[in-house]
Amino acid sequence: MTHDHDSDRGHDHGPHPYQPDLEAAPLTHYQAMTQAVGELLIEKGVFSADELRAMLEAIDAKSPAAGARMVARAWCDDAFKARLLTDVNKAAEELGIDAGAIPIRAVENTPDVHNVIVCTLCSCYPRLLIGLPPDWYKSRAYRSRTVREPRRVLAEFGTAIPEDVEVRVHDSTADLRYMVLPARPAGTEGWDETALADLVTRDCMIGVSLPKSPGA
Amino acid sequence: MTARFSVGDPVRVRAAFPPGHVRTPFFVRGKAGRVTQVLGPYRNPEELAYGRSGEPALPLYRVVFETAELWDGYQGAPQDTTLVDIYENWLEGA
Amino acid sequence: MSKERESGKVLLRRHHDMGGLPAGPVEASEHDYAPWEKRVDAILRLLADSKRRLITTDELRRGIEELGPGAYDEMSYYERWIASVTNNLIEKGVLSVDELGRRMAEISAAWPAGTEEKP
Repeated sequence: MTHDHDSDRGHDHGPHPYQPDLEAAPLTHYQAMTQAVGELLIEKGVFSADELRAMLEAIDAKSPAAGARMVARAWCDDAFKARLLTDVNKAAEELGIDAGAIPIRAVENTPDVHNVIVCTLCSCYPRLLIGLPPDWYKSRAYRSRTVREPRRVLAEFGTAIPEDVEVRVHDSTADLRYMVLPARPAGTEGWDETALADLVTRDCMIGVSLPKSPGA
Repeated sequence: MTARFSVGDPVRVRAAFPPGHVRTPFFVRGKAGRVTQVLGPYRNPEELAYGRSGEPALPLYRVVFETAELWDGYQGAPQDTTLVDIYENWLEGA
Repeated sequence: MSKERESGKVLLRRHHDMGGLPAGPVEASEHDYAPWEKRVDAILRLLADSKRRLITTDELRRGIEELGPGAYDEMSYYERWIASVTNNLIEKGVLSVDELGRRMAEISAAWPAGTEEKP
């Protein structure tokens, strides 16, 4: 099931925020449920319409860009990198980024180790830092196969890991969330953090790919 | 609750198959690994999932497994590893 | 639940616990989340926040797991979420089945393009 109605990011007006491009499609059972639950919780005072609106805006404000800024800073500042590897949430605060209350840990790619993140039981993801996960991260194929044949899954993303490098799979089953600190690409000596951050993709923070090459 | 295991300790995941909400993936049950990190006390998700307090909190560990020992005929490299966060009630000394 | 035989014992693996099972290629699919999907996420975050503490991630996950094996193939991600959130709210007495049924009927009736038949 896919939804491609992203052109409409309008805000809610009143209790039934119908939107022109969506109205053309039949309402599904679960869309009606979502609408009903939201309205009833507002009417019962569990939360206010303003709180819901603010939360929707907060969700929209999260993106991989926040993680990319942290990675770029870590590439330029060893002391920051050490703090990032200890506690992502605290390191985020230094850059004015709110990474939420769920503890996030970073795992570092080195010449000897390549890390990749999966959640086999669910689809846990550092969403409070880098936003909602892509569909494939939540798919049966990714969740099933990444622990059993990680190198093949990586190859499907175009990522070949040399035989002498350790592939380290992290299954985030419990209370912590994980992100990958990728290695700084060669050929970026002297680059500033903004330019470096442009090389850091969401997928390289999940570990299925490497940062963009400086020439690309 | 004091953590029973320390970094470096060999451990084995209990081969248990209860009904209900658990956070120990099927593929590591019964397998031997090693503690790489003691993550601290976390409320028990097997209780929290049913609306209870989850107290007392349980020590949570990062356990590393040799990936080749998790799967018959693993086709990756021998040095590949898999890390899973596991609550203390699922671990025994090995 | 699927049954697996290992060393002569029949073991139970719950359907959501899929690490290591055979599956097809990972399709690099993604979509921009629709407004109703973000609304599900926002509702959950508000219910779980420190001000309300009405639901935990653990309860959400338990509720998704209890939707049964078919849920992973027949329902989308946020459909599973709202189904679990709603069941939890009914169990806790925050919402009643009756008021949900009435409100959903009102919303569906007012929808310009009608309602998709879905059990």
